[in-house]
Amino acid sequence: MKILVAVKRVIDYNVQVRVKEDGSGVVTENVKMSTNPPDDNAIEESVKIKESGKAKEVVAVTVGEEKAQETVRKALAVGADRGIHVKTEGIVEPLAVSKILQKIVEKEKPDLVFMGKQAIDDDCNQTGQMLAALLKWPQATFASKIEVKEKSLEVTREVDEGLETIETNIPAIVTCDLRLNEPRYASLPNIMKAKKKSLEQINASDLGVDIKPRIEQIKVEEPPKRKSGIKVKSVEELVQKLKNEAKVI
Amino acid sequence: MSVLLIAEHNNKEVRPFTLNAITAASQIDQDLHVLVIGNKAEGVSKSISEVPNVKKVIHIDNEIYENYLPENFTPAIIKQAESYTHIVCSANTFGKNLMPRVAALLDTSQISDIIKVISPDTFLRPIYAGNAFATVKSTDNKKCVTIRPTSFDPAPTTGGSAEIIKADAAEEFLLTKFIKREEVKSDRPELGTARIVISGGRGMQSGENFKLITAIADKLNAAIGASRAAVDAGYITNDHQVGQTGKVVVPDLYIAVGISGAIQHLAGMKESKVIVAINKDGEAPIFSVADYGLEADLFEALPKFLEELNKLNTIQK
Repeated sequence: MKILVAVKRVIDYNVQVRVKEDGSGVVTENVKMSTNPPDDNAIEESVKIKESGKAKEVVAVTVGEEKAQETVRKALAVGADRGIHVKTEGIVEPLAVSKILQKIVEKEKPDLVFMGKQAIDDDCNQTGQMLAALLKWPQATFASKIEVKEKSLEVTREVDEGLETIETNIPAIVTCDLRLNEPRYASLPNIMKAKKKSLEQINASDLGVDIKPRIEQIKVEEPPKRKSGIKVKSVEELVQKLKNEAKVI
Repeated sequence: MSVLLIAEHNNKEVRPFTLNAITAASQIDQDLHVLVIGNKAEGVSKSISEVPNVKKVIHIDNEIYENYLPENFTPAIIKQAESYTHIVCSANTFGKNLMPRVAALLDTSQISDIIKVISPDTFLRPIYAGNAFATVKSTDNKKCVTIRPTSFDPAPTTGGSAEIIKADAAEEFLLTKFIKREEVKSDRPELGTARIVISGGRGMQSGENFKLITAIADKLNAAIGASRAAVDAGYITNDHQVGQTGKVVVPDLYIAVGISGAIQHLAGMKESKVIVAINKDGEAPIFSVADYGLEADLFEALPKFLEELNKLNTIQK
C-alpha cells in the first residue's frame, strides 16, 4: 500500500497574526512558519501505518511557493520516504489545490491520501472533500481513529453530535483531526538524513490545470475589538455584576 | 437568482442550525428553496414549509438517505443545482463535510463559514482563527457558500406555507458505509445554541472535577463547553470542544474556567456577549477578552459561585 500525505505551510499557530495596514492581507514577512497542525497528524498516521507493515511507502506532497518545501522536508524527517513540491505563486484556493493533487494522485496512484482537516490560515476546510469528489473516492473527514483493514478503512469521525464511524473502500481520502495521534518530533540525525531523501519539484503550470483564483479578496481587516473588561475582586462582586450590570443571570 | 439551501435533519426534526442558515440564505436572495434529503423525512419537509422565508421545499426520500453520507447526498444535490445561482448550508460538521464535495463537482470555489452577507456575491468571513476578517467576492457563476450559524438569528418556524415538491433520488454511492453514530445524550441546552455556556480547561485537572462545572450549568441551565486541552486530556468528550476546530459559540454569557485562552480557543468564543474568566494566572490571555475577570483558584471560586447563585432568587432560564 502507498500513502500520499498532503501538507501545507502556514503561519505558526502560536503567532499572533497581524493585519496589514493597507488591508491587502496579513503580515507574513519575518513571521514564524510551520506545518499546518492537523497535517502533522496526517504525517504521523501515515508513518505509523507504514511502521505497522501495512504500507510500503509514504510520499509527502505540498503545493506552494519555494519555501513550502520546508514542510515536505519536515515530513521526510519524521518518516516519509520521498517528497513532491508543486510550485505555485500567490494565493491558491482549495479548489485549485485539489485539482493539482488530483494530477499527483493520477501519477502516483496511492491507495490512501491523508491530510489535515483544515488549514489554520484560511480556515476553509475544503481540500480533502474536493479531492475526493474529483476522484470519485470515499471521503472520511475529521478522523480521530483509523483502522486499516485489507481492502477497507474503518474511520471514527468527530462530528457535532459526538462520534460517527464509517467504513470506506480503499482507495480513500482521509482528513485528520488533531486528536488522531500525537505527532512525533524529528530527531537531529533524521533531519540530516531527510536532506538526502528525494524531493521532486514540479511546476504547477506543467500540470495543465486551471488554478487561477475565483475569489476576489477585497479587503482584510482587524475584527472589531472587544471593549476592555475589568477584574473583579471576589465571587460576590462577580455575581452582582452579572446580575445588575450585565443582566445576564 | 435563486438559492438552494441543504437542510440538516435526523429524518424526524430539522436541526436548529438550518434555521440560522435560512436567515442568511434569505439575505442572499428572497427566492429561497430548501432541499430535504432523507428517509421517511416528510415531517421535516412539512416543518420547513412553515418557515416564512422559504418559498419552496424539494423533498427527496429514499432509504439510501437514512444516514447522512456526503457521497450519497452530493449526486442528489447536483441533480437539483442547475436551476440555482447559490447552493448554501450551515458551516457545522454537516455542511463542512458536504459542501466542498458539491462545490468541486460544480467547479466552484467555495466560500466557507460566512458571518455576513454583503451582497449576493460578496461575503465577510473570519480567517486565521478570527484574528482577521476577509471581505471576499465570488466570481464563479454558481456560488457555494457555507454559513456560520451563530452569526445569524434563527428564522421563525411558523406562518409560512411553502409548496413541497418531490424529486427523485440519485444513484447510491456504494464505496462508503455508515456504521454507527455515538451521540452524547443530554438534557442540557445544546452548546451551539445555549444562552449560557460554562467551559472548563486544563485547569480542571481531571474529568471528575468537571462536576463543579456541571453543578453551575444545572443551576444556570447552561451548556457545558471545554478547551481542546481538556478534551485532549480526556476530561470530557469531543462534542464539548469550543474553538477554531471545534464549535463556535456566541452565548449571552460565556464563563471560562481554568482556560488560559489559546488563540484557537478564543476563535470559538470571543464573539460571546459577556465573557467571564476565572483563572489563577492573572497573566492568562483569556483575561484580554473577558468583561469580568476573576483571578482565583477555581476549586475555591466555583463552589462559592454556586453558593452565590443559590442566594439569588431569580435566575433567567
